[in-house]
Amino acid sequence: MTLPMKSYDLTYRPMGERAILIEWPGEIDEAVLEDVIRFRKMIRKAFRDECELVPAYHTLLVIFPEKIQVGDMTERFRKLYSNRKNKPLKRRLWKFPVCYDKEFGLDLELLSSEKSMPEDELITLHTGKVYTVFAIGFLPGFMYLGGLDERLFSPRKSDPRLKVARGAVGIGGKQTGIYPQESPGGWNIIGNSPVKLFDPYAKKPCKIKIGDKVQFYRVKKAEHELISIEAAAGVYKIEKENWHD
Amino acid sequence: MIKVLKPGFYTSVQDAGRTGYRDMGVPVSGAMDLFSATLANRLLNNDDNAAVLETTMTGPDLEFTEPTHIVVTGAEMQPAVNDAKIPYNRVIKINSGDVLSFGKLQRGFRAYLGIKDGFKTEKVLGSRSLYIPVTQTARIVEGNTLPYQPYEGDIENLIEIKIDNEFLFDTHIEVFPGPEYELLPEADKERIRTATFTVSPQNNRMAYQLKEQLLPNDFGIITSATLPGTVQLTPSGKMIVLMKDCQTTGGYPRILQLTEKSVSVLGQKKVGDTIDIRLRG
Repeated sequence: MTLPMKSYDLTYRPMGERAILIEWPGEIDEAVLEDVIRFRKMIRKAFRDECELVPAYHTLLVIFPEKIQVGDMTERFRKLYSNRKNKPLKRRLWKFPVCYDKEFGLDLELLSSEKSMPEDELITLHTGKVYTVFAIGFLPGFMYLGGLDERLFSPRKSDPRLKVARGAVGIGGKQTGIYPQESPGGWNIIGNSPVKLFDPYAKKPCKIKIGDKVQFYRVKKAEHELISIEAAAGVYKIEKENWHD
Repeated sequence: MIKVLKPGFYTSVQDAGRTGYRDMGVPVSGAMDLFSATLANRLLNNDDNAAVLETTMTGPDLEFTEPTHIVVTGAEMQPAVNDAKIPYNRVIKINSGDVLSFGKLQRGFRAYLGIKDGFKTEKVLGSRSLYIPVTQTARIVEGNTLPYQPYEGDIENLIEIKIDNEFLFDTHIEVFPGPEYELLPEADKERIRTATFTVSPQNNRMAYQLKEQLLPNDFGIITSATLPGTVQLTPSGKMIVLMKDCQTTGGYPRILQLTEKSVSVLGQKKVGDTIDIRLRG
């Protein structure tokens, strides 16, 4: 069934000599994200993979291999956008095991005292929501997850850590996410997920896509260890199911 | 193959980059000065995407175990084969046992070693460019070996060709306005047009920070795509020019976008070097 769909006023701006940035109205909004994803699919099809597309929140960057005529290209995009169809998106819900023990949840105690909320309640709030992947970037396989319970909003640390462990689960402002590799980072760390988010040797190096849904569930240390071993051996499969709104 | 006798300050294998994985957060990587890398490959009749060695500030000592042809382009670092100086931008015949070494850095910051048919190191996600965590290592170290296809043909560049790479050592870069350029107050725009900027000690394959700042601001944006050559502005007014290993998205306003040529020019700059910014319409 094709439903009438909302059309947004898009802005097209050149970014250098061979890229065009397409912008939707500047809000964090699931409907906008879906429109971005839908348009990306159409551009990919129309240009037969000749361009690279980087979607994030309310923008889509189209990068061409050679210099382009911005005016002509914008016109092609406009036509394409006016013809888009309201096909339902294929999305998945991914379930990530997280161990919230003290050795991983480095900032759990601090957040608990700042918010005058027991640690268990913080964890329940964190595992209680279904998050949306609004972007993948920063590091290979890093998901920007929206949909955090506002009682968990916490500003980034004023002194970022020089080393945040791989798999660290953090809260940064209104977002939550998992560090796919060891890296410097300023988010408040509340746990660790043993799952591999990025594997350059896998057929699909990053299985989770923009627009997908993510949920966390609590596991004990022993299970975390077991999954770590399975993930390192490449036999662990992230639990997933199809997602329907 | 090549045996790495000394790695130099920072030497890595690079090609034209790893395209097609940016939506997974994988940086494009590739040669910082793509002009010089491509030049080396073209002089050798290689594919533009053939892998070269990018050397930074201090070049490596390399021993060749098989015959081949090489070209050195980019920064001027007194390259020599068996201690005899060799010219830049010229195809040089290499015999088994020859040792390539570099001297003092005289001009620029990054030199490129092209080899006939390119280095045959491991390709990951369609590219040989080193970048952790896509590849296991970020640079070469002493004792590494770098495979290549031996080649015994004759030297091809008997005809003198004029190569114009002087622009690499220019002291200005050309930029376009970035998506958030219009957020800037007039004073910042004026400063960009008129001030001279200095490369700070924070410069590497991911980004170059500039020492002189613009005004503090609160222009944070919702996370959006970035490119090599994107100039980000931090809340304190620092300008960060993203380079080849930069992250694919960011939350700082993108005030300027360097031309592709200017990314090569900046890749030849080191701490303390100064640049002017020329804004293109």
